[in-house]
Amino acid sequence: MASYYEATARERLAGVLDPDSFVEVLPPTARLVSPHLQALDLPTAFDDGVIIGGATLDGLPVQVAAQEGGFMGGAVGEVQGAKIVGLLARAQARDAAGVVLLLETGGVRLQEANAGLIAVSEIIRAICATRAAGIPVVAAIGGQYGCFGGMGIAAGCCSAIVMSEEGRLGLSGPEVIETARGVDEFDSRDRALVWRTVGGKHRFLMGDCDILVDDRIDAFRVALAHALRAAGGLDLAAVEREHALLAARLDAYGQCRDGEDIWRAMGFDTPQDVPMLATDVLVAARQARQAA
Amino acid sequence: MEKLRFRFEGGNAAPAATPARIVGVVASGNLEVLIEALPGDAACTIEVDTAALGFGAIWQAVMNDFFARHPLGGVRIAINDAGATPAIVSLRLDQAVEEFTRPRESHHG
Repeated sequence: MASYYEATARERLAGVLDPDSFVEVLPPTARLVSPHLQALDLPTAFDDGVIIGGATLDGLPVQVAAQEGGFMGGAVGEVQGAKIVGLLARAQARDAAGVVLLLETGGVRLQEANAGLIAVSEIIRAICATRAAGIPVVAAIGGQYGCFGGMGIAAGCCSAIVMSEEGRLGLSGPEVIETARGVDEFDSRDRALVWRTVGGKHRFLMGDCDILVDDRIDAFRVALAHALRAAGGLDLAAVEREHALLAARLDAYGQCRDGEDIWRAMGFDTPQDVPMLATDVLVAARQARQAA
Repeated sequence: MEKLRFRFEGGNAAPAATPARIVGVVASGNLEVLIEALPGDAACTIEVDTAALGFGAIWQAVMNDFFARHPLGGVRIAINDAGATPAIVSLRLDQAVEEFTRPRESHHG
């Protein structure tokens, strides 16, 4: 019953992957630390905040990366980005059954400036290239720092996203929006507002998240295995289907001001109760809506 | 950042084939400890990179206590510290040794 939210990246890997199957690439003993952080006289981490390697997940041979949110909020620097891009290339070279990305990140590591920006854009391109090669890339989001910035885009490029209610997914994070546009635009300290805008339940109801799970590592494991087996390919028809869905969504909810407005428009008679619904009840509600 | 180096002689040699272990995270008030076997050297060496400047004497005391609890030889310990308190440093060092010396087959038990 271990919490995914509370766990470190290494603990998540140990719980999500088949026991003793993980072989790390560029482990901490390689000491591949960030030269930018060293130049700025800031603390470094021996794995630069991401753990990569090969493993099996429910018997499927996968390549996997896990970001450590505790180190600089999971922010992506040059070394971390190169490790993830290399992992995606490795998945193609080895014809892996899939790639699993355990994301927990605020996006670009601002201390690394352009190198960090380029790293994230390379990750996005590598995800698309891996999917185009017929290898699914599935993301898990359920950590304290959520998944934001350019890595929010990267998550959106994946074959499927698994989230817990605790997870958050977005582009500009709540505090960034408040800083840029003022507290009247978005109050980042209003946690209920934050969660009904970028939280796991809302992302699931909107279709951004494919599988909603409880905050347990074993629940993520089961969902990731399912997502790897169920993932569709990436071709023109798939992109056009996605665009049609996004256009329909904008048409239906483009005038809404708040998550509750959207949930009411979706048919929830008491939208204020949605955040309190159990995961299985919410999943059943979305399925019923899709069937209708 | 401040770099500190410690070296302790006369510890019990760790089995040379013991795999490296890492515990902790480089987060505010926390640290990571990497421990690996170093068969060519009988000593216990500890390298510290810390964001908190000017605490060398306290680190020395914490390391003396650590070696008194765990007199290891033939090991290299490396620490990336983001301002952890002495109690947290001792806790992570104990965790690292526990992971390092735990029999392999019971690791996932």
